[in-house]
Amino acid sequence: MTDIEAIGRQLAEIIKRYSADYIEARLEHSQRGYITYRGKELESIGQATAIGGNVRALVRGGWGFVSFNNLDGLPGKVELAVKQARLVGREETKLAPVEPVVDTVSTAHNPTIKSLAEKKQLLDEYNEIIWRTPKLQTSTISYSDSHKRVIFLSSAGSYIVQERSDINLRLNAVAAGDGEVQQAGLSVGSAGDFKAISALHHQVEQMARRAVELLSAPQVKGGEYTVVLDPVLAGVFVHEAFGHLSESDFVYENERLRQIMVLGKKFGGERLNIVDSATVPGLRGSYKYDDEGVPAAKTYLIREGKLVGRLHSRETAARMGEKPTGNARAINYRYPPIVRMTNTYIEPGEASFDDIIADIKEGVYARNWFGGTTAMEMFTFSAGEAYMIRNGKLAEALRPVVLSGNVFTTLNNIDAIGNDLEMNQGGGCGKGEQVPLPVSNGSPHIRIKKCLVGGR
Amino acid sequence: MEDILAQARRAAEAAEVFMVSSEETPVQFEANRLKRIQGKQNTSVALRIIKQGRVGYASTTDLSDTPRLVANAVETAQFGVQARFELPTKASYPQIDVFDPATESVPIEKMIELGEKLIALVTRHTPDIICEAMVTKDIISLRLMNSGGGEASYRKSIFSLSLWGSLIRGTDMLFVGESQSSCNPITTPREVAEVVIQQLELARNRATVPSKQLPVILTPRGVVSAIIPSLIMAFNGKIVLEGASPIGNKLGQPVFDQKLWLWDDPTLAYRPNSRPSDDEGIPSQRTPLIEGGKVANFFYDLQTAALAHTRSTGNGNRNGGLPTPSPTALTIAPGKTSFDEMVGDIKEGLVIEQLMGAEQGNILGGDFSGNVLLGFKIENGKIVGRVKDTMVSGNIYQVLKEVAAIGSKPEWVGGFVHTPPIYCPRLSVASK
Repeated sequence: MTDIEAIGRQLAEIIKRYSADYIEARLEHSQRGYITYRGKELESIGQATAIGGNVRALVRGGWGFVSFNNLDGLPGKVELAVKQARLVGREETKLAPVEPVVDTVSTAHNPTIKSLAEKKQLLDEYNEIIWRTPKLQTSTISYSDSHKRVIFLSSAGSYIVQERSDINLRLNAVAAGDGEVQQAGLSVGSAGDFKAISALHHQVEQMARRAVELLSAPQVKGGEYTVVLDPVLAGVFVHEAFGHLSESDFVYENERLRQIMVLGKKFGGERLNIVDSATVPGLRGSYKYDDEGVPAAKTYLIREGKLVGRLHSRETAARMGEKPTGNARAINYRYPPIVRMTNTYIEPGEASFDDIIADIKEGVYARNWFGGTTAMEMFTFSAGEAYMIRNGKLAEALRPVVLSGNVFTTLNNIDAIGNDLEMNQGGGCGKGEQVPLPVSNGSPHIRIKKCLVGGR
Repeated sequence: MEDILAQARRAAEAAEVFMVSSEETPVQFEANRLKRIQGKQNTSVALRIIKQGRVGYASTTDLSDTPRLVANAVETAQFGVQARFELPTKASYPQIDVFDPATESVPIEKMIELGEKLIALVTRHTPDIICEAMVTKDIISLRLMNSGGGEASYRKSIFSLSLWGSLIRGTDMLFVGESQSSCNPITTPREVAEVVIQQLELARNRATVPSKQLPVILTPRGVVSAIIPSLIMAFNGKIVLEGASPIGNKLGQPVFDQKLWLWDDPTLAYRPNSRPSDDEGIPSQRTPLIEGGKVANFFYDLQTAALAHTRSTGNGNRNGGLPTPSPTALTIAPGKTSFDEMVGDIKEGLVIEQLMGAEQGNILGGDFSGNVLLGFKIENGKIVGRVKDTMVSGNIYQVLKEVAAIGSKPEWVGGFVHTPPIYCPRLSVASK
């Protein structure tokens, strides 16, 4: 077995011999296991080991990046990264200063060493529950876990060994009847704690039933509605619609976007507070240091309706004259770190769910996550469950709805915030080619006026 | 590889070793200028075994620890799926050119120059646009061998060029973009620039659209964002096998408009998704999927084909795991109507170039519903401007049952779909 600690010590010496404005390297050793089911049968089970590293060099504002899993000839790799950076660099290097750190961070959980038999036993139980439901056509279950050990070192003297674990479980049930197909899903995860996913029997049962019930549910008529989002979907909304806009690599070199995202600008009502924080203990997006060796922080993005902060790498922070926030992350050693979210949420307010729906004459209650994507000002996200709200009460179930809108008007249209914050640990975030990154998002129930709902 | 195969053979009845190495060089531009050059070396080995009739699987990038790779595969085989297939024996493969030495030898300086020229063409047209661009070359070596004597190997080169631009005026944002890829080097930025400039031209004015049923022309990029995700699901042999494909029991039956022909083709020379063999050693073939509106075939890998009592179509693809059926290069046959004739035929309607989030709905059932990220209004046979805050919904089994026309000029989208525009007589449009 390859010892990345020994290689890390070598590499820390090698980078001293090369001249660049800044050089850093990461080495990674990871284990990953996965089990998938399709229908009643187990479909695949596998284990993967990965070992590899990268060197990133900065010369006059230009970056060179070399990734590899052949760990021989390290000096040549450092040399290539520096050479590439020289080819690119044409201006001045700017990196926000951070104190060099020497530290070791271990994790309490390593799900990859748990026996395959134990993991399969739990998934078998869930699959049996799904298949107890009549009218089910098929189902999928996809479980994966990972544990990795990453060494980060830099020419400024940082040397950080950090472990991280992750678990992701997605279940999906498909019902069919009269030439129609409907589905319902459940997506959960944890920062490596297997217990967090081992008592979902009741939720799995509800999910399978929901798929069947959707076969007889009507489709909403497309148009504008007052929409109430549950904590899961509101979490997706805050991630998609606002979180991505707060990633300053989109903003820092775009003068017009900088004007739109100017600090102090009003985006929502006075009760609206949005936070990104990798410092919440035990969530999927939590860590002590990001992939540039910057300590994690709690960052208010919106406070009392006003834009007060954004997410940074060392470079974007320096170029915008702001403080680094520790949000530079890479999915693995094959990619350079880019600005990403961690755990993003809307802070709770005071309203109960009943208060929120009480004065809605005709509206839509959208629950649960199915997917979401964004193009800066425009976003769409889809609910896994939906119900009509009529005269202040929940009414008939609907086919899943797709919600769409413009972030600037939609945030302003949030007119009620619940008291029931919940964090959703399912799914993962994609940006560019780096998918999926473990994150979490959350919110209390929220109400949005005049939201566009797609339908027939 | 031989060594891993020998070790695995001692532990299992059958084994297959699959090894991929790649050297990728992406040159990235951000905010209209060169930002980053990368060099990525990657080698991984995957081992599939059959032990006591069950499939075991493991992969690693640590070539120094092959005993662990074998042990991992053996451990998973206790719980693995029953193997219904046999690994292929020695086969002869079609001659399909996917490696061009000229791609390998393109110097980085040339790649930088190509990206700079592309950005210059686009910014000359619209000076305040902010572009990200990427020029990449990728050299891939692939080799597989199994205990039945089957063996396949090939080298592939891929060169790609892409640009993504954003134009912000006030809080109004416009996104445009195009990409192109080939096994041969791309030497001119002209074609990518032309698509982007056309998008900018059409988006110059704004237009509004009512909420109602309207005729819609899907451009090749629109076809890929609205229709292709559902088609890929519907023709996947695995989904057919489990009874979840709406067309699974309709083989030979007319389900789509008779103008529609669709096939999967990994045999075209110098296309990035072409290959002489699939990832299980099955020779590549062209597979008809829709012939004159009738369902002609589904696509399969070895295991799924065995379960369905049919033969693999050479669509076994690995994406970091066990092989699974996936299309390689989907092609929709061109029709007779030009894009301008389609536009000319519409009194009030839409052209959709990019639908955002269309794949989020019930794509298994054929539904698509998305925000029009880039689309244009047609009034009295002319494109009058860009539409915003608009959603379009439909179901492919209704939409493709009766299409008004299929375009005469196909284009490659994202390197894996070759399609002309499709003219749909009516789709549901919601707007604010």
